[in-house]
Amino acid sequence: MTKYILRRLLISIPVLFGVTVIAYFIMTLAPGDAVDMLVDPGLSPQDIALKRQALGLDQPVIVQYGRWLGQLVQGNLGYSFYNRRPVTERIGERLGATLTLAFMSLLFSYMVAIPIGVLAAVRQYSVWDYIATVFSFLGVSVPSFFFGLLLIYFFALKLDLFPTGGTHTIGAAFSLSDRLSHLILPVMVLSLQNTGAVMRYTRSSMLDVIHQDYIRAARAKGLRERVVLFRHALRNALIPVITLAGLQFPFLLGGAIITEQIFNWPGMGRLAVEAITQRDYPTIMGINLLAAIMVITGNLLADVLYGVVDPRIRYTEGG
Amino acid sequence: MTFYERISGQGGKNTPDETLLADVQRHPAVPMRVLIWRRFIRHRLAVVSSIVLLLIVVVAVAADVIAPYDPAFIDPLVFDEAPTPAHPLGTDRIGRDVLSRLIHGGRVSLSVGVVAVSIYMVIGTVLGALAGFYGGRVDTVISRLIDIVLSFPTLMLILVLVSLLGPGLQNIMLVLGLLGWPQVARIVRGEVLRLRTHDFVWAARMIGAPSRRIITHHILPNAMGPMLVAATFGVASAILSESALSFLGLGVQPPTASWGQMLNDAQSLTILESKPWLWIPPGLMILISVLSINFIGDSLRDALDPQLRR
Repeated sequence: MTKYILRRLLISIPVLFGVTVIAYFIMTLAPGDAVDMLVDPGLSPQDIALKRQALGLDQPVIVQYGRWLGQLVQGNLGYSFYNRRPVTERIGERLGATLTLAFMSLLFSYMVAIPIGVLAAVRQYSVWDYIATVFSFLGVSVPSFFFGLLLIYFFALKLDLFPTGGTHTIGAAFSLSDRLSHLILPVMVLSLQNTGAVMRYTRSSMLDVIHQDYIRAARAKGLRERVVLFRHALRNALIPVITLAGLQFPFLLGGAIITEQIFNWPGMGRLAVEAITQRDYPTIMGINLLAAIMVITGNLLADVLYGVVDPRIRYTEGG
Repeated sequence: MTFYERISGQGGKNTPDETLLADVQRHPAVPMRVLIWRRFIRHRLAVVSSIVLLLIVVVAVAADVIAPYDPAFIDPLVFDEAPTPAHPLGTDRIGRDVLSRLIHGGRVSLSVGVVAVSIYMVIGTVLGALAGFYGGRVDTVISRLIDIVLSFPTLMLILVLVSLLGPGLQNIMLVLGLLGWPQVARIVRGEVLRLRTHDFVWAARMIGAPSRRIITHHILPNAMGPMLVAATFGVASAILSESALSFLGLGVQPPTASWGQMLNDAQSLTILESKPWLWIPPGLMILISVLSINFIGDSLRDALDPQLRR
């Protein structure tokens, strides 16, 4: 297992390298740069040239990239072109908000989806199954921003149950209930798609399991149906479902861009949009790199978790 | 009658040949496409979805005839109007008819989906087929490339590319088309790997068919099922991506209308609260189209399953 993980980690180094190369070159190909975005028109061409020189933007792309990579190896993500603050700091102060949102969404979608998925499998072709199927299709078909706007319209504006955005009431002292009420709508939006997917997954995995011989054996020896379903079937059915979490995490990060925009959530998604409009290369690169690392770790985690929970799966050196 | 009895000619009154003949007569040969069609129409939601989608497509194609006004026409006398008989969905803040924009927006949204997916189906099929067929170093390079592109959070990369090319209809199609191929390449690669050791491929090789012809005439037609399903789901997700980008203001630019772009104004809480007729209809149209396409894709997946049963 250790060998397998090590091998996978080694493979991911060239992949990450590729990600940074592609991201950097695409980014610098764009017409205009950070200096065009922040310089006021009163400056003389000399000043602009100086500014460009200070940011290293007068160098060829390959030199710029080399410098960036050199810093990265020393654990330095560089300084924001926009406000000269370290990129690690800029990302760091936003990361918490996004991770909170992502983890809560993951938790929420599993809590809703697993019971419904089980019900749909146990009562296959029943009304419940039908409703669950339609719901999961709705989940992947609703544009998340539209769902978010609907929630704000009904629950925040019309019924006034929840705030329309932000992470907490400005100026108020910290309170858990305040934080939670700000979390509910964004979490619902972000988890919508996952909930549908996890539900479908749970249903099909459960269906596979309940037709196995050991379930018939459990029934034959007279166990109560509840014990058979939850103790025997669900345990095994959940294996692939749980590993799905690792694969879903990156999608949550992507979805966070839209959700954070609608709910004014000060996370990495908003930072990304800001950085892109400001042509803030170091910040964009930092976010891209972090996101790519999360995607790769998520995938690896899913595979490793699969091996841990299912003893039949063994990773050999060859595979 | 068991299989053994049938082939040994024992147990029944008929000889094996007669039994087989009876079997064949009872289940006359049905062409594949009829079987697929039968399975498809058994999925009731998919049938309803097909009809709905057909309606949407017809309206989008005939937008010029159906729409009451020119979608870009600005009537300075009626801006910000609530629905009236003359403007059933009201007018937007500079006096354009919302219903007309909704009808024309459908054309834009649907064509983004179709064009983007066509672009990446071509790229994905070519790369996937090369990787699967030739294997070795070609496969390694292409597979790594797939890994790299899949390691980006897609929306993020789309945003970067759009800011590079500048927002606009053509660029959205191009960006979505250039980024969607890895999934298709994976599917095609898998199918080619599965098919290339089949006897009919050896047979084609033996009569001297060139690799190109083997791929295009022998392997790919057999991989059509999964490719078609991927394309269908792809159109749905491309429509969603376009609408999200346009909603953020990075996609289709006014005066051109797309459904997502019509929701852009609703980012302001006052419009959101006081003028629901501006943003609920386009949102619903996105939802209905994407949902229909997804149901059709689901039914196609069942219908095109190679383990076809009647």
